[in-house]
Amino acid sequence: MLELLNVTAGYGSITALHGVSLRVEKGTIVTLVGANGAGKSTTLRAISGLLPVREGKVLFEGKELTNKRPHQIVACGLAHVPEGRMIFSNLTVLENLQMGAYLRRDRAGIASDQEFVLETFPRLRERTWQQAGTLSGGEQQMLAIGRALMGRPRCLMLDEPSLGIAPLLVKTIFEKIVQVNRELGLTVLLVEQNAHLALEVSQFGYVLETGRILLSDRSEHLKTNPAVQAAYLGA
Amino acid sequence: MGARSLVLIAALAVGLVSFCFTGHPEAAWPLAQIDDYLLNILILAGINVILAVSLNIVNGHTGQFSLGHAGFMAVGAYGSAALTQLNGKACLASLSFLGSAAPLGLFVLSLLVGGLLAALAGLAVGLPSLRLKGDYLAIVTLGFGEIIRVMIQNTESLGGARGLAGIPNHTTLGWTWLVSLISIYCVGSLVNSTYGRGFLAVRDDEIAAEAMGINTTRYKVTAFVVGAFFAGLAGGLYAHFIGYVTPEGFSFLKSVDVVVMVILGGMGSTAGVTVAAIGLTFLNEALREAEQYRMVAFALLLIILMITRPQGLLGGLGGLARWLPGKGGKS
Ligand SMILES: Nc1ncnc2c1ncn2[C@@H]1O[C@H](COP(=O)(O)OP(=O)(O)OP(=O)(O)O)[C@@H](O)[C@H]1O
Ligand SMILES: [Mg+2]
Repeated sequence: MLELLNVTAGYGSITALHGVSLRVEKGTIVTLVGANGAGKSTTLRAISGLLPVREGKVLFEGKELTNKRPHQIVACGLAHVPEGRMIFSNLTVLENLQMGAYLRRDRAGIASDQEFVLETFPRLRERTWQQAGTLSGGEQQMLAIGRALMGRPRCLMLDEPSLGIAPLLVKTIFEKIVQVNRELGLTVLLVEQNAHLALEVSQFGYVLETGRILLSDRSEHLKTNPAVQAAYLGA
Repeated sequence: MGARSLVLIAALAVGLVSFCFTGHPEAAWPLAQIDDYLLNILILAGINVILAVSLNIVNGHTGQFSLGHAGFMAVGAYGSAALTQLNGKACLASLSFLGSAAPLGLFVLSLLVGGLLAALAGLAVGLPSLRLKGDYLAIVTLGFGEIIRVMIQNTESLGGARGLAGIPNHTTLGWTWLVSLISIYCVGSLVNSTYGRGFLAVRDDEIAAEAMGINTTRYKVTAFVVGAFFAGLAGGLYAHFIGYVTPEGFSFLKSVDVVVMVILGGMGSTAGVTVAAIGLTFLNEALREAEQYRMVAFALLLIILMITRPQGLLGGLGGLARWLPGKGGKS
């Protein structure tokens, strides 16, 4: 469904990705793990058009997305929840969700998706009229994910959904991600510091190190891989 | 939002009706007998409202800091005066089919031409704004406003530094407030529409806005173009009110005046900047005796506001609807 072929990208004179190739199959959850600064966020930014791709290709559902503008890529059905929960803090929770459906015109579909999101994240339903900037960190993360779902993407890229969130809430959020993957058949590309959790919920994983793919395997194999255990699972 | 737009439409309708019946809107105004001095202040207040509300699209709603609003006003003022004063005879002749309404028709046409020219200038400033943010954008727009002023100053056919006199006095209270209400209505409905949420999204977080599928480039340019268009209308009204324009009248200080109105009123609050524009116009008049202390008073006002209400007079309330019972709820 989503495929990267030898993607190189960077910031100014820095090259952060050195020919990254990966595949995400339809309906699966695929995770990208790696140390701080390995280039996980950079990979997602290159896919979603927030960062120019210098070399290589990004393919989505057979279409080439390489170096399209971010808003064009969203329109193709590929949503990105960037690191750091970039919600619209001056808008209400409900307005944030509605912004997620910005490109859609099917009122009925939007209404039912809004219902689905509020069903999935009851915390948001209690707070639909609250200014989003005043939500707690975990609630903001739920809002960011819910808002991305409002665009009814076929593939969702999540960057560190657990960042700065209490363990109990992290568990809830991951359960929701799995639930959405099952119920909507949504394909998910998950970037996560917490490799334990990421390999638990995903079917396939890639290990990224200093801008290169070091390993790729089924998640249950990665979990038992001694090198991965030593480096990322703290075993 | 629904209630507010209803009020706006009603006000607009009253203005239009009173205008249509009399041709001289101020004749139908409840305050028909107000003295000339007050009338002049009210006209200036209306022009300032247009300026503040239009700058608010750029600085308030879209979060781009522009310091060049006087430049757009100048384009509108000179552009419209070029039709009614410099080429008045020829233009009137070509509008002779309107009969006795020809001068008025030319006035309306000149306002629109001034607005459109200013909108073109807005497009020219909007494009660099795509790459610049904050202070850098403020400097570029400031420079742009000054470039316009200096260009006019050096264009002899526009009167150069001496200015342009003898512009026909077409601007009346009715015209001014009609355009004010139209601009309040247009800006209000633009920003409160589903499309208009995009402006707020760009202000809050550009990257997230892109991630929602919003074309941030187009929104920023639109903000500049729409803002400049209404500033151009304000310029045209001003020229045909004062009857005499000089490049000096559209200096950087004029831009600052408008920015102060927007900040005082509350970035992004149409109601707030309207109140601030009217209030500051009257304050300006009240301080006319103490001219040299005017700026001191403004500065003090800003400082007091920053301490007590950093979000501006009416800013930060968002949609008033949020505070109405039934929707807000306790949280
Ligand atoms: N805006 C930027 N300008 C310059 N260098 C950057 C920028 N953003 C990231 N980098 C560099 O690119 C490399 C990859 O960063 P990236 O954000 O992709 O890491 P990451 O794998 O997401 O790490 P983390 O787990 O800490 O979020 C790092 O060396 C980082 O310093
Ligand atoms: Mg990262």
